[in-house]
Amino acid sequence: MNALKPYGDTLNDGRMQLSFTLPVPCSPRAREAALQYLRKVGLTDPQVVYSEALDEGFTFFVVYATSDAVIDYDTVKGAEKIEYMSFDEINEFIKEKIGRKIVVVGACTGFDAHTVGIDAIMNMKGYNHHFGLERYPMVEAYNLGAQVPNEALLDFAREVSADAVLVSQVVTQKDVHIDNLTELVELFEAENLRDRTILIAGGPRISDRLAMELGYDTGFGPGTYAEHVATFIVRKMAERGIS
Amino acid sequence: MNTRLGLNEDRIQRARSLAEEIAHPVRSYIERHTTVSVERATLRLFGLDGCDEEGTPTANLALHQLRDKVPHGAARYLLGALVKTGMTVEELDRAVAEGFDLAAQGLPDQGALEAKAAELVARVRHTLDTNREYRLQKIDQHREREHSPLLYVIVATGNIYEDVKQARAVVYQGADIVAVIRTTAQSLLDYVPHGATTEGFGGTYATRENFRIMRKALDEAGEKVGRYIRLVNYASGLCMPEIAALGALERLDMMLNDSMYGILFRDINMYRTLVDQHFSRMVSAYADIVINTGEDNYLTTSDAYEKGYTVLASELINERLAFDAGMPSRLQGLGHAFEMDPAIENGFLYELAQAALIREVFPSCPLKYMPPTKHMTGNIFAGYALNTLFNLVARMTGQEIILLGMLTEAIHTPFMQDRFLAIQNALYVFKNAASLGEDISFRENGIIRRRAAEVLDKTVEFLEIVAGKGIFESINQGLFADIKRSPSGGKGFDGVYEKAPDYWNPWENMLKEALFKGGKK
Repeated sequence: MNALKPYGDTLNDGRMQLSFTLPVPCSPRAREAALQYLRKVGLTDPQVVYSEALDEGFTFFVVYATSDAVIDYDTVKGAEKIEYMSFDEINEFIKEKIGRKIVVVGACTGFDAHTVGIDAIMNMKGYNHHFGLERYPMVEAYNLGAQVPNEALLDFAREVSADAVLVSQVVTQKDVHIDNLTELVELFEAENLRDRTILIAGGPRISDRLAMELGYDTGFGPGTYAEHVATFIVRKMAERGIS
Repeated sequence: MNTRLGLNEDRIQRARSLAEEIAHPVRSYIERHTTVSVERATLRLFGLDGCDEEGTPTANLALHQLRDKVPHGAARYLLGALVKTGMTVEELDRAVAEGFDLAAQGLPDQGALEAKAAELVARVRHTLDTNREYRLQKIDQHREREHSPLLYVIVATGNIYEDVKQARAVVYQGADIVAVIRTTAQSLLDYVPHGATTEGFGGTYATRENFRIMRKALDEAGEKVGRYIRLVNYASGLCMPEIAALGALERLDMMLNDSMYGILFRDINMYRTLVDQHFSRMVSAYADIVINTGEDNYLTTSDAYEKGYTVLASELINERLAFDAGMPSRLQGLGHAFEMDPAIENGFLYELAQAALIREVFPSCPLKYMPPTKHMTGNIFAGYALNTLFNLVARMTGQEIILLGMLTEAIHTPFMQDRFLAIQNALYVFKNAASLGEDISFRENGIIRRRAAEVLDKTVEFLEIVAGKGIFESINQGLFADIKRSPSGGKGFDGVYEKAPDYWNPWENMLKEALFKGGKK
């Protein structure tokens, strides 16, 4: 397919749904401004289907519009779809290929207090019927919880000889998570631990690509379960010949 | 009582007496101890609330000077310096900021200290009393325009002036309560920052000046729409008592304040938290500030269906500790949440059972109901549907306060339009299903009644175990939220002091007198 565009109800109709707020009073003029703005963005045939005052100085719009832009799908490269192993397969894999329990340390670092992400991966119970790493017989899992300083995470990882370190960043503002994630990699490098530790970042605003740019082995975003993370770790360990 | 769920009254009584048993050793520990934050709160209530050139609060400078004298109470050194120098509190505050040493002044006789304390306490008490009366009068005046449940929304831009814009908009849209969420690091700061702030992460610093700015904005916005808008902040973390004190002074109306949250979810030392929460609650009780407890957090860590009883158990402990601090039920906004996995068959019925159960166990508390967060996936449309059911349960079961769910939960801090959509959703449900709760009854031996009875039974079982082990050991073993916290571990333990026999705190004395001996007007 070399001319890809959004699908509304007919192929290549290019219809899109948007909603946004403009910081002006709700009025016919505000609606006109919304339409002009959408045209400037490059959308055609915009329709404001709903607008409402959010207070005296702000207006909310729900809009449909058409995009004429197309992209050549044949040239688009995405991350490869990975076949993940199951809970049993992972434990079996560790027994056979690594021959000992693997050690995984997880934490929510910096000032982030939101453990929902790291808990979903680490806790016994797991998330959405996917067991967490604490449940894996062949994984020794340590969840250090929230607001863990990078230095403390490094010290703990060294103490337990961690094979992999999982860093979760959930609620961040003004990109503080980027600095925080970068600092951890630098610490591991300074202490000569980077090469023997698999570093993984996770969180709603983390992508594989971003994590790798920051010097991590990989990154996991929304929709990740423990077996995804574990599959990555054990394959990487086997690939590096760690035992 | 209303027994729509056919609850066994004896089981509720048993649960309450277990909570009493659990709280008993906590109470005796609290009596014998103070903390740096309790002392700083005391100094701040006396008016020592400036800062030096580097932004270090004078309350912290004073505590640093007095660190060996904390067991005797910091107040007498402040009062002593006032008597000896003849300065006003404002003058002394500036002097401390410039290096004046409270510890080096020596003490006048106790009679002079007492007289000075009485004078200052009376002055500040007048402010607190005026605040309370103003609030009562405004709420009374506008009562018919309030929503039921009260609509609670959060603003969290990091910049107090931007927060004000967002707050004005939500008042216009119909919110009754505005919470300025704190910057994520603040609970672990052992001082309260000073002045107006424009930089924060995931929230805005709680400072006295920020309280003032938002209070003024909400009063103005409220006057326009003819409602009293309640302002909320967080009396939690290492500065719990100080935030409570500043909130009382600046007429905040609600404070998030939990007896165990800091221990479990912020790794703050258990003794520190328990002593701090007690003083905070006395201050809030005196100022007529409604506390909101944090039981919703249990369900973000553990499964809401399996661990529903931990919520009720924690609420009973929070209730007991609040009573111990002289706080009446009408100020106890006990918390709970709508967090069950939406894939569970009849999950809505279980949520209804849980919310109705809590309503019946605490008939006079202004319950605080929290929206789904754990199962918000980024599919904003599905999230909006989830929030609709949450609003329905809230209305049907007569919750007093609901924190509105945002369709963009788990994506970003809310856009202005997200709050608008949340308020629209709630108003639609409240109107459309206004009388549903009163119009239906729950079938005997039906799913809802059985579930409520089961949660109550499990709560009693759990409290039996906690009472058997004691609360400190129970937390140590990870009985709450599967999180283990050791008695001497966590942050802030070095700020806990055993009181000396001559410990003296005029504010504590006044609060006890007012709250326990009917001295409150």
